[in-house]
Amino acid sequence: MIALPRTNSTVGRVFEHRFLQYRRTFRASIFSSFLSPALFLTAMGVGLGSYVSSSAVSSLGGVSYLAFLAPGLLAATAMQSASFEATFPIMGGLVWNKIFHAMYATPISPRDIALGNLAWIAARLTFIAAVFTLIIVLFGAAASPLVVLAIPAAVLTGLAFAAPIAAFAATQRTPDRFSNIFRFGITPLFLFSGTFFPLTSLPAFLQPLAWLTPLYHGVALTRGLSLGTIVNDPAFALVHLVALLAFIAAGTWALLVTMERRLVRG
Amino acid sequence: MPEHPSEPLIHARELTKRFGTFTAVDSIDFDVARGESFGFLGPNGAGKTSTMRMIGSVSPISAGTLRVMGMDPATEGSRIRARVGVVPQQDTLDNELTVRENLVIYGRYFGLARAEIGRRADELLEFAQLTERAGDQVEPLSGGMKRRLTIARSLINEPELLLLDEPTTGLDPQARHLLWDRLYRLKQRGVTLVLTTHYMDEAEQLCDRLVVMDKARIVAEGSPRELIERYSTREVAELRFGPDVAEGLDGRLEGIAQRVEHLPDRVLLYADDGEAAASAVHQRGLKPETVLVRRSSLEDVFLRLTGRSLIE
Amino acid sequence: MTAPTLRVAPAGFGFGSRRSARLIERNLYVYKHGWLVILSGFFEPLFYLLGIGFGLGSLIGTINGPAGQPISYQLFVAPALLTTAAMNGAINESTFNFFFKLNYNKTFASILATPLSPGDIALGELGWALIRGGLYALGFMAVMGLFGLVVTPWVVLAVPAALLVGFAFGAVGMAATSFMTTWQDFDLIQLVVLPLFLFSGTFYPVDAYPDALRVIVQLTPLYQGVDLIRSLAVGAISPILLFHVAYLALMGIAGLAVTSRRIDLLLLK
Repeated sequence: MIALPRTNSTVGRVFEHRFLQYRRTFRASIFSSFLSPALFLTAMGVGLGSYVSSSAVSSLGGVSYLAFLAPGLLAATAMQSASFEATFPIMGGLVWNKIFHAMYATPISPRDIALGNLAWIAARLTFIAAVFTLIIVLFGAAASPLVVLAIPAAVLTGLAFAAPIAAFAATQRTPDRFSNIFRFGITPLFLFSGTFFPLTSLPAFLQPLAWLTPLYHGVALTRGLSLGTIVNDPAFALVHLVALLAFIAAGTWALLVTMERRLVRG
Repeated sequence: MPEHPSEPLIHARELTKRFGTFTAVDSIDFDVARGESFGFLGPNGAGKTSTMRMIGSVSPISAGTLRVMGMDPATEGSRIRARVGVVPQQDTLDNELTVRENLVIYGRYFGLARAEIGRRADELLEFAQLTERAGDQVEPLSGGMKRRLTIARSLINEPELLLLDEPTTGLDPQARHLLWDRLYRLKQRGVTLVLTTHYMDEAEQLCDRLVVMDKARIVAEGSPRELIERYSTREVAELRFGPDVAEGLDGRLEGIAQRVEHLPDRVLLYADDGEAAASAVHQRGLKPETVLVRRSSLEDVFLRLTGRSLIE
Repeated sequence: MTAPTLRVAPAGFGFGSRRSARLIERNLYVYKHGWLVILSGFFEPLFYLLGIGFGLGSLIGTINGPAGQPISYQLFVAPALLTTAAMNGAINESTFNFFFKLNYNKTFASILATPLSPGDIALGELGWALIRGGLYALGFMAVMGLFGLVVTPWVVLAVPAALLVGFAFGAVGMAATSFMTTWQDFDLIQLVVLPLFLFSGTFYPVDAYPDALRVIVQLTPLYQGVDLIRSLAVGAISPILLFHVAYLALMGIAGLAVTSRRIDLLLLK
């Protein structure tokens, strides 16, 4: 049994609610948090990685495919978990069980509800990223102690998705459009944002597009930290970090607007 | 199996439904004749819905005998369901389809031909006063409209037996009366109605005969009039006293009426002449805050039989 | 008091009836309003083919095909993606979606009040999943053709083979669902499906494993489908393909047999 964090701030009370909900279902996430990254790294990193041609290794920056893939998958997993947490639970709280409406009837404000949910997602991401990073280290796939910082980098990557997606989810009355977010947003990003192969393999005209997606910046950061190559070009790392923070700031602002509008208008 | 002409449409003996160790329906007996309008009256949790689901052949019986239209639900459920219409307690409309499509696809589940379904769907939309909404999605309809659509849907197979579980619960008075009117027309057409309700006015309006259920058992059976005559007086005087007076009433109302019931918020005097009973109260120097004299209803029957009010 | 009367499932593994087709009709009505949803299902395997086959494949030279001949990584992985898409589609439909529909979706409660039995619903929904899976398989084949990955006429048989994979996993998934009581139980399905997806020779040849492990993998169900469809795609026809077909067919029949015995008891409460 996990201890319940007690808090008196209004944002904290929203966080507490999400935590209580989660405590009832956390068995499911144990599986996805521990086992699924380990299985993915074994199959794609070790198994498939052994077929990566020696000539291709230079395009990976001279590291093994496992070392290349692992931090990319870390960022991609953060994206997927965050996106899921930002869709169904947010719409559910507004439409299915209307729990956010119930909270709004207390001293808790729409802003508290928005920020409390983001805080909860950040906490979930921290746990997921920490476990994943531990597994990366156990696989011997991390080349630098800086890999520890890949945890906050992955959390920021996730939030860069969670905030704008939650803003959208707060406007929805059915989950119908969520499948399109995953099908035409999350899945292509998962496959084409430099997680599985370097962007240089993409057609030239597509490469600038990747700059517009948070996952590209997230992968650049987690990979730079895990391989230790980030120190070679700290200015570039700063650009990636600023890009992620910009997505988070814009998404959070949008969420505050849509949550407020939805709760006030009913 | 052919149905014997004199056989009741529904025949139940020692009918029992258990969920694990919980007994939802405890060895009940009843018969429903063809063309009759039959009700199960009782509070929530009395076993009415479980009984309806067994009759509808979607819930296997745990013990006893049940025959519906001469058939055994355990082996001929599909054939029984083909001739029954069901209006469940909660609307179970297909929210992914339009109003008319809900009727059409439901007809298809019964294996009806498309042309025939089309004809019936138009009639039923008219009957349910939903013709103008035929092409609309179901979700935005009002509660009353959804209920009428559910009833229209249950009629698509022209059922001989219509099962209605709490047909008007949650509807506003106007919508209820409209629905009662539609159900009354069906009864006129010879459709056998079996309904559950915890509203006595609904039971009195719609049922030729009813059983009162409480705690999984049948506690009384008869027509609404018979039950009232048997278990109550012609009239009731309802008295409300201030909280201080109510405390000290013990024994002071004895002998005024045939029966006195003390409820948390009021006192009921059962007498054939309610006015006389009420004035006798005043003569004893008691000053109720309000007095209401009314005719006995099934509510009083239920109170008498179970010692509890129907809607608590 | 008489003995409890339970619905008796028909003898053998037969369940459902012609009435199952009416469920397919319902789905056609639903998708009349939202055919884009169906269309969007074509994209997922396509994205995987582009991302894994061509993107990741650019890091990999040739790889050994079913008969040991070197083939391009795209040709190697495309049939496997078709197979896993067939498995995933069938599993999703027969486990999560089926459980949700029968326990939470009121529509299915209303269908149970008609002459349709739970078996009819199960078979109808499985049939619909297969029809959709068949459409996706055809679409995927067209994409393979566009990318020059159609190299033998045998590949036409990959479509019915994908349906067979869908049938086998759909039937077993439904049987498994008949034992599920809560959402948590579905973790177990993930616990089985994810390793199958990753380790059945999907993304790299099973030669990569030590001999003992390789034999075990070769006995798992998804491997049958992957090897069958890949062999058809490269035209490596051998008697072992008959074994794959028999394996998958028996698996599906066994799944239906279990489902038919349990489904009424489970759903008619």
